[in-house]
Amino acid sequence: MSPLPDNWNTMTPDEKLDARIKNWISTEDKAFETPEAAKKYKERAQRYADVVRLKQPDRIPCTLSAGDYVAHYAGLTQGEMFYDYDKAAQAIIKFHEDFDLDYGSSSNFMPGKVFERFGYKLYRIPGASLSPTQSFQFVEGEYMQADEYDALITNPEGFLMRTYIPRVMGAMAGWNMMPNMLSATELPFVTFMSINFSIPPMQETLKTLSDVSQAISEWLAASGQVSAFTRGKLGLPATMGGFTKAPFDYLGDSLRGTRGIMMDLFRLPQKVLDAVERITPLAIEMGVNASNSSGNPFIMLPLHKGADGFISNKDFKKFYWPSLKNTLTGLIEEGVVPFLFVEGGYNQRLDTIANSGLPTGKTIWLFDKTDMAEAKKKIGGWAAIGGNIPVSLFKAGTTEEMSDYVKKLIDTCGPGGGFWLSPGAVLDQSKNENVHTYLKVGKEYGTY
Amino acid sequence: MSKKIIDAIIEMREEDALKTTRELLNSGTPPLEILNACREAMDVIGKRFECGESYIPELILAGEMLNQITDIVKPHLEKDAKAEKLGKVVMGTVEGDIHDIAKDIVVFMLDINGFEVTDLGVDAPPAKFVEAVKKTGAKIVGLSGFLTLAYDPMKETVAALRNAGLDVKIMIGGGQIDEQIREYTQADAYGKDAMAAVNLAKQWIGV
Repeated sequence: MSPLPDNWNTMTPDEKLDARIKNWISTEDKAFETPEAAKKYKERAQRYADVVRLKQPDRIPCTLSAGDYVAHYAGLTQGEMFYDYDKAAQAIIKFHEDFDLDYGSSSNFMPGKVFERFGYKLYRIPGASLSPTQSFQFVEGEYMQADEYDALITNPEGFLMRTYIPRVMGAMAGWNMMPNMLSATELPFVTFMSINFSIPPMQETLKTLSDVSQAISEWLAASGQVSAFTRGKLGLPATMGGFTKAPFDYLGDSLRGTRGIMMDLFRLPQKVLDAVERITPLAIEMGVNASNSSGNPFIMLPLHKGADGFISNKDFKKFYWPSLKNTLTGLIEEGVVPFLFVEGGYNQRLDTIANSGLPTGKTIWLFDKTDMAEAKKKIGGWAAIGGNIPVSLFKAGTTEEMSDYVKKLIDTCGPGGGFWLSPGAVLDQSKNENVHTYLKVGKEYGTY
Repeated sequence: MSKKIIDAIIEMREEDALKTTRELLNSGTPPLEILNACREAMDVIGKRFECGESYIPELILAGEMLNQITDIVKPHLEKDAKAEKLGKVVMGTVEGDIHDIAKDIVVFMLDINGFEVTDLGVDAPPAKFVEAVKKTGAKIVGLSGFLTLAYDPMKETVAALRNAGLDVKIMIGGGQIDEQIREYTQADAYGKDAMAAVNLAKQWIGV
């Protein structure tokens, strides 16, 4: 993207948001194969931006996060999507070519070799620790122990760097010797700092990083091929430019694990609160950096452990929401649009969100199983909403059922704008005709 | 006295629950009485879960308390003091899916509600379910799966059980499972949470 304006630090959040969205919509610094592609890109980006700002566009935008479905559609295994970058790129191109999409879709195209070089243990990978025909999956565990809260709270990044990373990435063991960063401030300190880099495990780790940079370059080259096609030829904008998460999910998903965090709510409640507070600035920075480097204002936060049925409303308001709200505030202040992917249901949380005091037209919410009529009523005037078409319907429904569902959803949520269409979750599996029906009905029936 | 332990468990006072267990044992309370009190407490938690007053943290901590109490009480139990079971259930996460938390909660809730559960763990192929049903004579099978990738393995597992001519009722559940997938897999029922699984199992065995 173009670099941030020189006066960035003196700009207001609204000005920052305007600058990010303008830059995203702009076709000037992006390569297009034809003027037609550039025109379509601009039109689609503008339509999506209108929805984010709660306006009523000419028609409702249709997004799709296809996940593994891209591989299935093109006849590839998930393992090939992780390891054969050229094949994977061709599969993604074919998928985008064959469906009448408005925006680029996700595809679970990931750098398998990178995870392998790192010795990454948090996930099982198709074609490596899983058969090539399986989906990547998270391995639950207590990767941070209950007695390590103080270490995390005292110095979150230090703990992540020296303790957590060596633990979850086998080839990064040397980072437990990472020197204190204050070492860079004085000449003699630098001498001692250097010694840490001479220790064999650290040398091994440095070699790992060099291998990783090679492996990620190959993947980036293939990714570039894909976006040259999806954006450059088809004029499809990307509706997401990176990720961050709710602080409670960072802590609960991948540090303490589900069992650990749930028991901590009773055994160590104050530590949990202190930890999510300390993680918050990192969560904000993660999202802002991703937006800066992708040139895309929309940063996705997949929400996990605050869903209905997971924890009570009381616990949601105490442990989950305050640090998430602070994260959203921090992102909004930097002109980033938090794109909340609400997995599961959020019916019990809508009131809390509606009364949050967060500014209007600055966030977007993708719902899975939440009641959309309620969502429209309670937060529709305050933030853009979308989602909810069941992935089970894509897999097991008929085209008539799909058509009926999409129409009903448009009737419920479409009036007045601020709404876009999307499956409720990552597709992964579907009948081809249901994807076509979704897009066709969405575009026709969704025209205002 | 047993009210004290019931209250401690349902109010999530872990230390009190363990302390009370030791006190009760020392004062000569029969170990079975303590376990029955635990079961009563779990019943309350299960009902609260069902009506949306208890959630996953409460279920997980209750399970943890029950494990610890059982460990304390066990050495004092007479060997043949095994409780009568309502029926047998075979439970597992289907092939290709390695998620265990929801499945574990269902196993736990079935167990404390009086079912004898054979837990096949995660990534369990159809043949493993067939074999377990043959071996145990279970009349109920529960298939768990968190992701959409579980749809087809669930369907295959249901087919394998039917093809083997086994007279079982099959229930499915998990993150992206709904009535549409129940129909797709031809399972007998879909349950939206652990208490739904318990209620289905009870209904099927007629209690």
